Amino acid sequence: MLKTFRLGGIHPSDNKLSRTNAIEECGLPETVAIPLSQHIGAPAVACVKKGDKVLTGQIIATAAGFVSSNIHSSVSGTVVSVDNLPDEGGVRRPTVTIKVEGDEWMENIDRTDKIIKECNLGRKEILEKITAGGIVGMGGATFPTHVKLSIPPDKKADCLIINGVECEPYLTSDHRVMLERSEEFLVGVRILMKAIDVQKAYIGIEFNKRDAIDHLSDLTENTHDIDIVPLKVRYPQGGEKQLIDAIIKRQVSSGALPISVGAVVQNVSTTLAVYEAVQKNKPLIERVVTVTGKNVPVPANLMTRIGTPVSFIIDRCGGVAEDTGKIVNGGPMMGRAVANLDAGVTKGTSGILIFSEKESVRPVASICIKCAKCVSVCPMGLEPYLLYKLSVRNMLAETEENKVFDCIECGCCSYTCPAALPLLDRIRLSKAEVMRIIRERNLAKKV
Amino acid sequence: MNKKFIISPSPHIHGHDTTSKLMRDVLIALIPAFAVSVVVFGVTSIVITAVAVAACILFEYLIQKFLIKGPGTICNLSAVLTGVLLAFNMPPHIPLWIVIVGALVAIGIGKMSFGGLGTNPFNPALVGRVFLLISFPGQMTDYPSPSPDAMSGATPLAFVKESLKSGKGISEIMPDLVSYQDMIIGFKGGSIGEIAAAALILGFIFLLWRKVITWHIPVVIVITMALFSGILNLADPERYINPLFHILNGGTLLGAIYMATDYVTSPMVKKAMVIYAIGIGLITILIRVFGAYPEGMSFAILIMNAIVPLLNKYIKPKRFGEVVKK
Amino acid sequence: MNLLLFTVLTLCGLGILAAVILYFVANKFKVYEDPRIDEVEQMLPLANCGGCGFAGCRNFAESLVNNENIDDLFCPVGGGGMMKDIAGFLGKAAAEKEPQIAVVRCNGSCANRPKTNVYDGVDSCAVMASLYGGETGCTFGCLMKGDCAVSCDFDALYLDPETGLPVVDQEKCVACGACVKACPKNIIELRKRGPKERRVYVSCVNHDKGAVARKACKVACIACGKCAKICPFEAITVENNLAYIDFNKCKLCRKCVPECPTGAIWAVNFPTPKPKPESAPEEKTTEKEVKNETVVS
Repeated sequence: MLKTFRLGGIHPSDNKLSRTNAIEECGLPETVAIPLSQHIGAPAVACVKKGDKVLTGQIIATAAGFVSSNIHSSVSGTVVSVDNLPDEGGVRRPTVTIKVEGDEWMENIDRTDKIIKECNLGRKEILEKITAGGIVGMGGATFPTHVKLSIPPDKKADCLIINGVECEPYLTSDHRVMLERSEEFLVGVRILMKAIDVQKAYIGIEFNKRDAIDHLSDLTENTHDIDIVPLKVRYPQGGEKQLIDAIIKRQVSSGALPISVGAVVQNVSTTLAVYEAVQKNKPLIERVVTVTGKNVPVPANLMTRIGTPVSFIIDRCGGVAEDTGKIVNGGPMMGRAVANLDAGVTKGTSGILIFSEKESVRPVASICIKCAKCVSVCPMGLEPYLLYKLSVRNMLAETEENKVFDCIECGCCSYTCPAALPLLDRIRLSKAEVMRIIRERNLAKKV
Repeated sequence: MNKKFIISPSPHIHGHDTTSKLMRDVLIALIPAFAVSVVVFGVTSIVITAVAVAACILFEYLIQKFLIKGPGTICNLSAVLTGVLLAFNMPPHIPLWIVIVGALVAIGIGKMSFGGLGTNPFNPALVGRVFLLISFPGQMTDYPSPSPDAMSGATPLAFVKESLKSGKGISEIMPDLVSYQDMIIGFKGGSIGEIAAAALILGFIFLLWRKVITWHIPVVIVITMALFSGILNLADPERYINPLFHILNGGTLLGAIYMATDYVTSPMVKKAMVIYAIGIGLITILIRVFGAYPEGMSFAILIMNAIVPLLNKYIKPKRFGEVVKK
Repeated sequence: MNLLLFTVLTLCGLGILAAVILYFVANKFKVYEDPRIDEVEQMLPLANCGGCGFAGCRNFAESLVNNENIDDLFCPVGGGGMMKDIAGFLGKAAAEKEPQIAVVRCNGSCANRPKTNVYDGVDSCAVMASLYGGETGCTFGCLMKGDCAVSCDFDALYLDPETGLPVVDQEKCVACGACVKACPKNIIELRKRGPKERRVYVSCVNHDKGAVARKACKVACIACGKCAKICPFEAITVENNLAYIDFNKCKLCRKCVPECPTGAIWAVNFPTPKPKPESAPEEKTTEKEVKNETVVS
């Protein structure tokens, strides 16, 4: 029996079209647009101005506070503007635009292929390097990694969990990293273990990536500190709470953080970025982006510089077909539809997904027949049909009573609904509203 | 680029389940039972089913068009399903006009008066059936027997009830009863759809395989009935017949598998489903053993339908994080 | 006969007993309530719209009766007249307030503001606003999904099928402010109704720089500042790339209206203005902002 999480979940067809495509270099665009808010928390503050020359890997914006992250130039060239530019959704946000001129890297970055296994740094130094490198969670949530690794003094972690689940259909970037950059990845795992001072790490991988499971199992055969855990293919296994439940059978209670059950979860790409930041002084300036979809002539896994325009990446993979209906940044379950193709790839972009018109249109919604399918697939044990009804009527107090704030927005309910009701659309809205009210209430309590 | 892309909130894919697909699967699951009824009762079951389905569709269409004036819901097959289930609850020689009255009550009162599919608190087919059972008790309990040598004019349940009333003990009447084989394959008196236990179970397996329903409600109903009637049977085998008889006869399986599990009128949460099913099982046996009617399934389901909103309100699913740490 | 008598007597007895119990219970749990609350409530419109900031008319009435100073309390539905009546009834001084009306400050109809993408989701501005910037290049403008119309208890707002924009029915609008709260883009504003319903306002909320705003929408305010310069009453301010007319200072002279190069300033309910063909081009050549004009046209 393969391990998996205990509540709910669905199994959409995985469509991993690019699973066998090796990671390629994406190439350099003419300009890159690097948003200053690529992470949860305060946007970084720009420290370059229009006309400045920058090198690849040079810091261009510094973290504004603890829950924030540094941002580095992913190319070398001239800063064209530091201005509010539309992001993928068309909303204007502070962005640094750099015109690419050659590819000159900062001197302190080790660009050789040599794998440095030895790490003699202490916890503090490791954390400092991760903070400096601007590493954030690359699975999509983009939570600053150094914050996650800074364990409060009254808590103790006992294991590290590496999220190699990639439960979203289509995406294969983590899969390829585990296959092609396995040695560096494992060094990254050990660095992370050192950073949070634990003796045990689990790498959770879904069973549809059997080659990765076998490969990493071979590499870790003679060691006892890293366990490869094959998992049943089930969405949303990559959710932090679901993954902890699946691997170590502990459930993080409502509103608590994973550290409350002694676990720290990190994504595969993040782990690789940690390796590069700590061992090679290379900040987070590029990542693997899966470009895929049934309409894409050549699905690919591209090593892409942060800030590369989405349109450049799509053109690199053969352009947009005539009947393209939707372009999604991220996976099909939780990704965001892109309205502005000039926006740049961010640290959280794990894939660019291209849907045909037919695939893009939502089925017409009818009426709820109370089939209870949404209740049975909800991985958090909520009642989406009820939350939906309450949200439509704007009954916020009742949605709060029914724990709308526990929703992880995985989309299982909307996916499974036979009436095709836009359950998550409404629930997400009332969740945001309830979270705001709760925050205000807590603030008022403190005062 | 001048192309206008579609923007919508996640998730961007859908599981392709639709209401009509679910209804269609239930209809497919009912095919074996229908086939048995055609073999046993002949063309009459086809006629009754066709009339019931046509009447249900027509009434739903008319009410939708002239009274509610909302968007049509005919296409989702729910009226077809109501019609089939209503027909399956009819004795094979029922006059057709009664079937049409039943369809009117089922669709008009049972379903559309509450606002149509999704809002009705009671199972429409059962509302129709119970209405007919109370209004036309003679016609509704006139069951011709398929084979001349078995007892005639009554279902096995009614036969047992009558015999017990007249002072006979169970052991006395056992030889006159239909054999268990006949109960399983359907050679006995009864409503069109309820006679063949094997065919109904075949449909149940299909529904489970298609994930249309979960096992909870049917299995718990059957277990509850078996336990309750088993205890009674142990207490006094001469007065209370054995559990297997209760399960194979009357509307037990048809009700447990196809009517109690009706989405709209059954609870949303597994725990509540179990409570609901236990209630149905208990009430059915209570009515069968101690009540005036030989059959209690439809009443039991309707009674438990009434408390479903309450169950939905107070019984919450197991939330993530409330599970005790191991 | 005996049976009948017994039945009647029993029932009567039960009735009397219940009445006695109820009487004592009612006395015991009686809550004193100022009778004026009921009367004030009856004077209110009883629309329970929440425009006053209270949950319903009853809460508002309680507050009116219980507070010494009712300057901050105002029912926009009943208006100044009704407030005066209530204040007179309670022997308090009523706050004077000009009648207001909801004004939709966006003119980005389908013709003026080309679509750049298609939204396919719930018909809700709030959901749309939480997802992205909107279907057009303008991320400030109306999303056209009608949250405001849904929120209106008085049927005073509807979406114009031609432009897609909400239209306020000035007869029906009571300025309760529900639409102002409902609009995620803060496009609707409560403004002074003005004498004879005459109003002048900037029908745009776009904070983008002129060229960007103009590219996204033909009738956007490009913050050229001409209106602010010409205004003799200093009623117009240009802040953060957007002009705003203060309705308390505006004297409805309408000098700003022909001045606006994009026609973003609206004057409503005035008699048809005389065409002034000679003044407009003259201004254009003298002002610096002509650059914006030429860029787009």
